[in-house]
Amino acid sequence: MRTARTKTPFLSGVAAFGALLVTSAQTFAAGIGQPVPWQMDRQVAVTENARDIHTFEIGLHWLSLAISLFVLGLILWCVFRFSEKRNPTPSKTTHNTAIEVAWTIVPVLILVAVAIPSFRLLRTQLSDPKADVTVKVIGHAWYWSYEYPQTEAGGGFTFDANLDEDKQPKLLATDNDMVVPVNNIVKIQVTSTDVLHSWALPSFGFKIDAVSGRLNQFWFKAEREGTYHGQCSELCGQRHAYMPITVRVVSDEAYAQWLTEAKTKYARLDDGAKFADAR
Amino acid sequence: MATAAAHAGHDAHHDHKPSFFARWFLSTNHKDIGTLYLLFAFCAGMVGAFLSFGIRMEMEEPGLQYFSNPQTYNVFVTGHGLIMVFFMVMPALIGGFGNWFVPLMIGAPDMAFPRMNNISFWLTVAGFMSLVCSLFVEGAPGASGAGTGWTVYPPLSAAGHPGPAVDFAIFALHLSGAGSILGAINFITTILNMRAPGMTLHKMPLFAWAELVTAFLLLLSLPVLAGAITMLLTDRNFGTTFFDPAGGGDPILWQHLFWFFGHPEVYIMILPAFGIVSHIIATFSRKPVFGYLAMAYAMVAIGVVGFVVWAHHMYTVGLSLQTQSYFVFATMVIAVPTGVKIFSWIATMWGGSIRFTAAMHWAVGFIFLFTVGGVTGVVLANSAVDKYLHDTYYVVAHFHYVLSLGAVFIIFAGVYYWFPKMTGHMIPEWAGKLHFWLAFIGANVLFFPMHFLGLAGMPRRYADYPEAFAGWHKVSTYGGHIFGLGMFVFVIGVILAFRSKERAADNPWGEGATTLEWTLSSPPPFHQFETLPRIVDEPGHH
Repeated sequence: MRTARTKTPFLSGVAAFGALLVTSAQTFAAGIGQPVPWQMDRQVAVTENARDIHTFEIGLHWLSLAISLFVLGLILWCVFRFSEKRNPTPSKTTHNTAIEVAWTIVPVLILVAVAIPSFRLLRTQLSDPKADVTVKVIGHAWYWSYEYPQTEAGGGFTFDANLDEDKQPKLLATDNDMVVPVNNIVKIQVTSTDVLHSWALPSFGFKIDAVSGRLNQFWFKAEREGTYHGQCSELCGQRHAYMPITVRVVSDEAYAQWLTEAKTKYARLDDGAKFADAR
Repeated sequence: MATAAAHAGHDAHHDHKPSFFARWFLSTNHKDIGTLYLLFAFCAGMVGAFLSFGIRMEMEEPGLQYFSNPQTYNVFVTGHGLIMVFFMVMPALIGGFGNWFVPLMIGAPDMAFPRMNNISFWLTVAGFMSLVCSLFVEGAPGASGAGTGWTVYPPLSAAGHPGPAVDFAIFALHLSGAGSILGAINFITTILNMRAPGMTLHKMPLFAWAELVTAFLLLLSLPVLAGAITMLLTDRNFGTTFFDPAGGGDPILWQHLFWFFGHPEVYIMILPAFGIVSHIIATFSRKPVFGYLAMAYAMVAIGVVGFVVWAHHMYTVGLSLQTQSYFVFATMVIAVPTGVKIFSWIATMWGGSIRFTAAMHWAVGFIFLFTVGGVTGVVLANSAVDKYLHDTYYVVAHFHYVLSLGAVFIIFAGVYYWFPKMTGHMIPEWAGKLHFWLAFIGANVLFFPMHFLGLAGMPRRYADYPEAFAGWHKVSTYGGHIFGLGMFVFVIGVILAFRSKERAADNPWGEGATTLEWTLSSPPPFHQFETLPRIVDEPGHH
């Protein structure tokens, strides 16, 4: 089951240090849909959004590394060059307008360069494309339930997804999985019946809070079949760590078949339960 | 005239200290109250550290080892957060160092309202007692204590915790919040009205600037928290529904109100540290602070912008595109004045004649670690990326870099820097340096791997986790032990200082230490500056 390339703890520990943020998917192969031991970077992206975040995040982390090393270099140089021994007479310089303007303007320019892709990505994330499949996700203390509305393709049922202690990966697997078709735009509408929860799926690159009295919405288009795991990401009490999320991404045919089976297997949605029109 | 004469007579034996009880329980002396604050912060910090020790022990391995009920783990996380924020960092940096050194640095005999100063302190103590009580009364059904996180989000803090634990926690915040508001009024009044003749605002030491900005942040943000927790209290006990959608309320309203306080709170914790680090760097570089005015106004800018960025804690609650874009933009703006400060500290060292005392170790270590915490802050500021990282260990790593390795490092830097002035004793330099290296290595081993955990998807506030996360959690726990070891060195250093016969000079740090507290004896007289010092224009102060 594990796809991990497990490195020895010692080597990884050493390698990790100083390696601020220079990790990439290639150096430490991440598991598909779940974390692996000694993982140092994000989970493998299976949506365009997650991939974009990944690219952007690697850029940001290289930038962070460069800035941190630059500051560290300056500090070490000061420590070396301007120690009491090497420089017994301190200078009295307290102003240099040019350099002060420079260290104000340059960060501004860097931040503008960061902001442009940031805003573009944010706009894509919060766009509202036409949904192929809509699923309502409801957080409860402490399990998730999923409602598939009645459409021409099928649906009209609801089921609960509880932690399944016997399944692997431990603490990530549920008894019933949310199933969606691959390469289809899936819109999830998230709410809660009690305290706050957050529906998170690292491989899809997002999380969205489940808030009672609100219907939050996010969309994804999974590009790869497989099983993907997430965990509740807003503190919700005693069993916060025990309400995982499992999404199975399957082919269109398998999805159609699952819809038929699910219709008989799971509880029927009341006919009155109409969904917000997901365009 | 009669009163003036009476005063003169009183002043003649001004160094006559009151009896023990009157001196420490009914104190009106800013230095004694500062000492009380520091001792209190240390004690509360030990409680907070004990809770974090519990957290790290549990997280060392997957599964539940020490907590039979994960809710108790949540209570530890909550207690750790609230205690460290409200009863360790704030009392140490504001009540402790602020009380001690703001009047000394601005050449004032005491704080403007000495009795109010006393009640500020005792309200904080009472708040802490209330918080400790909350650990032992029922919160969530079948478990004692408030397990809501320090953010106290409803509905978990309302319907999710029917027992009185959350009420005690709210009461704790009310009491310590009232104490902090009174303290803030005191600082603002003192700094604006009691500076020595000739000390204009633009000649005032940066630590006083830092405390002034901090005091304004407290004054403006804490009432909002007080209002919010009062609304929560009435939701819990009197049937209102501010945060309950069943009655037309909204849980998100709480988050806006909480973070309108909570984000300035972050700067309330770090700005005084900015002030202290400026003095330490200047002192031991034997150079005045580089770009004094820019340093002062960078803090003002951080304080102002800090009020308009709160919803970057809420990127996943379902805010509109426009709202999120604004908060991304505003949050990134804060990086600019912060960068000005970082580079100005380095420029202060540049060309200096640097002496590597223990305090200087901590201050220089702070600059680097705060930079690391700062750049991850810029990563998190991007809502698009935060969709992935929100509420993961990456966030835990980020805020511990700026607080545990930022504010806490400077608390220790301040102790090593001002200990001779406060007590007249010297902590052995080797103890301060050994403590620094243990803390530096320990804290990095403790918190750096949390970046990896967060990137790999580990959510925060989890008592138990999938096995894949076990490796880095184990490393992290080892780091915690190293950090803890450093605390023993600190305590040993303090004990040795008091046992040693060596007495600190009035100014043990030499010509670089230019602020007024070094013109006084070590420790300073019980009442100082009965003749106000006159500030002459020093070249290079601005």
